[in-house]
Amino acid sequence: METLDLLANGFAVALQPMNLLWALVGVTLGTAIGVLPGLGPALTIALLLPITFSVPPTAAFILFAGIYYGAMYGGSTTSILLNTPGESATIVTALEGNKMAKKGRAASALATAAIGSFVAGTIGTLGLTFVAPPLVEFALKFGPADYFSLMVVAFVAVSAVLGSSTLRGLTALSFGILLGLVGIDLQTGQARFTFGLPELLDGINVIVVAVGLFAVGETLYLAARPKTGASVIKLQGRAWMTKEDWQRSWKPWLRGSFLGFPFGALPAGGAEVPTFVSYFLEKKLSKKPEEFGHGAIEGVAGPEAANNASAAGVLVPMLALGLPTSATAAIMLSAFQSYGINPGPLLLQNQPELVWGLIASLYVGNVMLLVLNLPLAGLWAKILTIPAPWLYSGILVFATIGTYGISQSWIDLVLLYLIGGVGYLMRRFDFPTAPAVIGMILGPFAEQEFRRAMTISAGDMTTFVTRPLSLTLLIIAVLLLVVPLLLRLRTRKAR
Amino acid sequence: MLNRRSFLQTTACAGTMAALLPGYARNAHAAIDQVQFFVPANPGGGWDQTARSMEQAMKSANLIKGAQVTNVGGAGGAVGLPQFVNQWKGRGNALMVAGMVMVGALITNKSPVKVTQTVPIARLTGEFEVIVVPNESPFKTLKDLMAAFKADPAKVSWAGGSAGGTDHILAGMLAKAAGGEAKKVSYVAYSGGGPALAALLGNQVSCGVSGWGEFSEQVKAGKLRALAISADKRQPGLDVPTIKEAGFDVELYNWRGVFAPPGIKDADKKALIELVTRMRDSAPWQEQLKTREWTDVFLAGDAYGKYLEAEITRIEGILKDLGLA
Repeated sequence: METLDLLANGFAVALQPMNLLWALVGVTLGTAIGVLPGLGPALTIALLLPITFSVPPTAAFILFAGIYYGAMYGGSTTSILLNTPGESATIVTALEGNKMAKKGRAASALATAAIGSFVAGTIGTLGLTFVAPPLVEFALKFGPADYFSLMVVAFVAVSAVLGSSTLRGLTALSFGILLGLVGIDLQTGQARFTFGLPELLDGINVIVVAVGLFAVGETLYLAARPKTGASVIKLQGRAWMTKEDWQRSWKPWLRGSFLGFPFGALPAGGAEVPTFVSYFLEKKLSKKPEEFGHGAIEGVAGPEAANNASAAGVLVPMLALGLPTSATAAIMLSAFQSYGINPGPLLLQNQPELVWGLIASLYVGNVMLLVLNLPLAGLWAKILTIPAPWLYSGILVFATIGTYGISQSWIDLVLLYLIGGVGYLMRRFDFPTAPAVIGMILGPFAEQEFRRAMTISAGDMTTFVTRPLSLTLLIIAVLLLVVPLLLRLRTRKAR
Repeated sequence: MLNRRSFLQTTACAGTMAALLPGYARNAHAAIDQVQFFVPANPGGGWDQTARSMEQAMKSANLIKGAQVTNVGGAGGAVGLPQFVNQWKGRGNALMVAGMVMVGALITNKSPVKVTQTVPIARLTGEFEVIVVPNESPFKTLKDLMAAFKADPAKVSWAGGSAGGTDHILAGMLAKAAGGEAKKVSYVAYSGGGPALAALLGNQVSCGVSGWGEFSEQVKAGKLRALAISADKRQPGLDVPTIKEAGFDVELYNWRGVFAPPGIKDADKKALIELVTRMRDSAPWQEQLKTREWTDVFLAGDAYGKYLEAEITRIEGILKDLGLA
């Protein structure tokens, strides 16, 4: 049990008073920036890089890890309360979470998100502690062809959010894919759909689109219907989870955790895709699928667990191999370099105190976040008792400031309101908005991996069925599509 | 100017320095108590780190009182440069950190604003590139790899950073030097060294090209095999041949340097060159170079301007060969 000894040493480092303080500062700061739509953990850590000149490495990394975990907690708060996702990984949380909030069950939604994040964060950190090396070995087996097939599975999962009209859902999805294609094409270096604007060369930020479609679109929609404007949401029940909530939450927490962690460990997995897949899974497995779209607690519990577990997963390739697989991990690696520490396969051997101190501080940070967030759930929920006109004008101000924070560019603000206008029209004519955001994330991802696979195989399409991993994933995708149809046919016949 | 600098260098005695400095500072660069750094990239990247290391070194060496860093990121600097050229015009204490990547990005994006509109101050650091193969690869030398490329370019896939970037440029130069066609390179672009590294470690591609810093740890740990480096000479403590030694006439440094905005006074230009030169000679800067493994390729003033023009011509040529310009 060498790992346990090392972990114990790690706790000895993490529990030093100064390091506890750094962790507390980190998680608090992380929660705050997670709440703001524009500021993400990557940017915040990058802005804090100069402290590496004056603070010892262990303290700096404990601070950074706290920010990273904290942002995952904070992002869900605004998704649920204001329908304004603070991070791209919490976009799915807004789907059911905000519906719950509108029914007066915001506190339950926030609580299941916080406890789910804690459960998933702990499971993820346990995974990071014990299975990191074999998991990385497996994750590296994924090549572009396999990632493409994984995206096919994810596209099937999108069907869960298409809504009642498939045509409308697919239209929204295509709109999202189109938005995702804006900018310089990575494989050829050429600009697409930028209309000569240099600000569009790096593409449109997914947060701008999510906030535009969800928050701004909804605000405009409500403003256009004055009658509903005066009502105040009544908080229902106790500001806590009921017994039924617990029963409906614990399985999604676990499923989300076991889905999110390996996804995060994949070098190109990311935190968004597992949230879609978790949502799809919970909708299929729920005993009350009809509640989905109207505030089903499973739809908050699962995706929230998935995004927190993936946050731990992202640290697996970083600490085990020195592979930066997300923007935040890349910034953390550059912090290593400013200490003259070279993160690589030998990091664990060369810097055991740093790595295990960091891992131990993740356990500590997780507990801190739970303690910080649970009591706040009831308090946060009171925001919704603000009369709607004030609340929604507040949301607009908040969305605008957050978007400006992304890159201090007025072009982003113009985009926000243009997309907000589109969001209004979509709502007015009954188009679902979630597929647009998901299409924007998945579309370019699938496209790049497809073209990489084609370059490597010299244009041979059979690469998708001759690679075992890719073939397995494609079969899963087909089964996910066909089995529900068959089941439906059978029940119809039985009738 | 040179005399004064060498005089200061030889005056190692700190006491004399302190006695000399106040009057000296008032005369030569009264304007440069505060430096405004302009970084046309987001926080955390190479240019940003260069700016922040410069700030740190200048402050520790008591060359300036304070500094301010402004980041305007996007498209390899193509978003930030127009702002620097237009809105920062005439600011005598402003320095933009950029480099070879910007030269390439401006060409591929057909940017109307050119680097030559700025005032080149100094080239500071360089990073050489490395060509690696996965451990299981049959290619033992660069010759093996290029022979396979010449036989059938479609069968040799190259992983590296974005298309048209430094890594792609080096792959194109190599293809040409080996007697092949740059356009035929099966280049698999990744958003950065990290994701490309994952493809190499998983043995998904034939070879990889990136900055030495991106791959060095994996090479040291024996997970990747380095075939050649793009430096001009062998590096101390590194048993890897240069591309020239491996038989191909290619040399490439991903350099970074500083630029002043257009419309500054000659005196400001002089003062900025002086400031950067003194920073380069300072102990704190030399220490930064060591911890960050940056190669010192210092070149100041007009010589740097000439180098820049030659570099633009060279990069434009290779990007045309790649079919990107």
